[in-house]
Amino acid sequence: MATATVCALAGLECIVYMGEIDIARQAPNVARMKMLGAEVRPALSGSRTLKDATNEAIRDWINNPVDTHYIIGSAVGPHPYPDMVARFQSVVSEETKWQLKEVEGRENPDYVVACVGGGSNAAGAYYHYLNEPDVKLIAVEAAGKGIYTGESAATSVLGKEGVIHGSKTLLMQTTDGQITEPYSISAGLDYPGVGPMHAHLYETKRAEFISVTDDEAMTAGLELSQLEGIIPAIETSHALAIFEDKKFKPEDVVVISLSGRGDKDLNTYIDYFKL
Amino acid sequence: MNRIQAKLQEDKKLLSIYFTAGYPNLNDTVTTIENLEQNGVDMIEIGLPFSDPLADGPTIQASSTQALHNGMTSTVLFDQLKDIRKTVSIPLILMGYFNPMLQYGVEAFCKKCQEVGIDGLIIPDLPVEVYHEEYKAIFEQYGLLNVFLITPQTSEARIRYMDSISDGFIYMVSSASTTGSQSGFGNEQTDYFKRIADLKLTNPQVIGFGISDYETFSQATQYAKGAIIGSAFINYVTAHGVDDLGAFTTPLLNS
Repeated sequence: MATATVCALAGLECIVYMGEIDIARQAPNVARMKMLGAEVRPALSGSRTLKDATNEAIRDWINNPVDTHYIIGSAVGPHPYPDMVARFQSVVSEETKWQLKEVEGRENPDYVVACVGGGSNAAGAYYHYLNEPDVKLIAVEAAGKGIYTGESAATSVLGKEGVIHGSKTLLMQTTDGQITEPYSISAGLDYPGVGPMHAHLYETKRAEFISVTDDEAMTAGLELSQLEGIIPAIETSHALAIFEDKKFKPEDVVVISLSGRGDKDLNTYIDYFKL
Repeated sequence: MNRIQAKLQEDKKLLSIYFTAGYPNLNDTVTTIENLEQNGVDMIEIGLPFSDPLADGPTIQASSTQALHNGMTSTVLFDQLKDIRKTVSIPLILMGYFNPMLQYGVEAFCKKCQEVGIDGLIIPDLPVEVYHEEYKAIFEQYGLLNVFLITPQTSEARIRYMDSISDGFIYMVSSASTTGSQSGFGNEQTDYFKRIADLKLTNPQVIGFGISDYETFSQATQYAKGAIIGSAFINYVTAHGVDDLGAFTTPLLNS
């Protein structure tokens, strides 16, 4: 979406690769990108989601290196892309600092909670707190239908060190090193790895990783809608779902990254809750 | 001397064929290699299939998916190749992506390559700097040559760096492309072939990606020591199987 918007403004031709499954389950986003003049090409291989769209975008770039810029919104892929994405997204924690100062009189919360697929919103939400050890970081992954059901994207539990899309990170894979097709009800969390920065946060225990199932996320998304009047993206609903089990003290200041609106996910909410 | 180095010293243009191990059928690997040698091919790239082959176009992607579905793994491939040096003497190069090698254990993988008689490796997603710093010593310990790929966009400095740490050949990707996406070469490509030939590199060059028939093979080998055919060969075995490969190789060698 962001790329399509900027390309419209700058008068550049924009081709967006998107998994065929994600095109179907996020139809409003596809319509918006088309209105902005972008061509949306379906990725038809593998699980037909984010990983496969990334494959196709990189192949396009290999074929058109002179006149094409490759852009990715996830904090994955070869250096310097994860670093660039983290820096662009870092505006989130920059604003968190001054907003929190206004509201709570302190820049640093006790916790920052964000959902992690590739890890872009989490990278931004954590960025200015990475070297503040008092700020605890919580990363919420998609457990899909359950971590061990074979339909999951809980990389911190199921993954091990591997190489995908030009970076070494935590990766869901077979013992032979073939990449496992991930699953999540949420398009943005449906990735078989995490960005290399998040793999590092996991390995060094700087961040606590929690997995949330489709059902827990959908329930939390509905709850936020009804309590706050905010319909969250299903990615974000995963982050919200940890409040069911994770215990905080009443005086804790907890920042949660509300990474996306649920408009794009209405079809999935409608199907799930039979609305 | 490594078999690749010996082959490169022969006074002829080299025809090299890529195929995907375990394709069309799991147990076609050895038959394919033996038949290619008997039909006069100079060198073979054995493709170790990977689930997400970023450098490959639709033909090799599809053959990789099928080979994995057939049950191909690193372990199965090494087992299939255990007696290959009893029947085959031309250079054999393993071409694959890095993650399966990493999971097998890079040193264990290299050791196994040496045991079965593999002479070199081509790993499109292993950057030259990472190879140089972390793996070069291991490859050399097991007598394996690593082959680097260059494209028209690779800088001269980088090409010279690759040349300085190579002991076999430089793999020239014919144009900036994934595999199998070309038909015929234009001026832009022949200019690039000439430009690289004029660098007078220490390592000879072999051109791949976009070589599909006698015409492209002979165009490429005007400027380079040899050429590699991949997708066109995969298309052939998809249609005809691996028992009669002469129908594919004869027009390339005898024209």
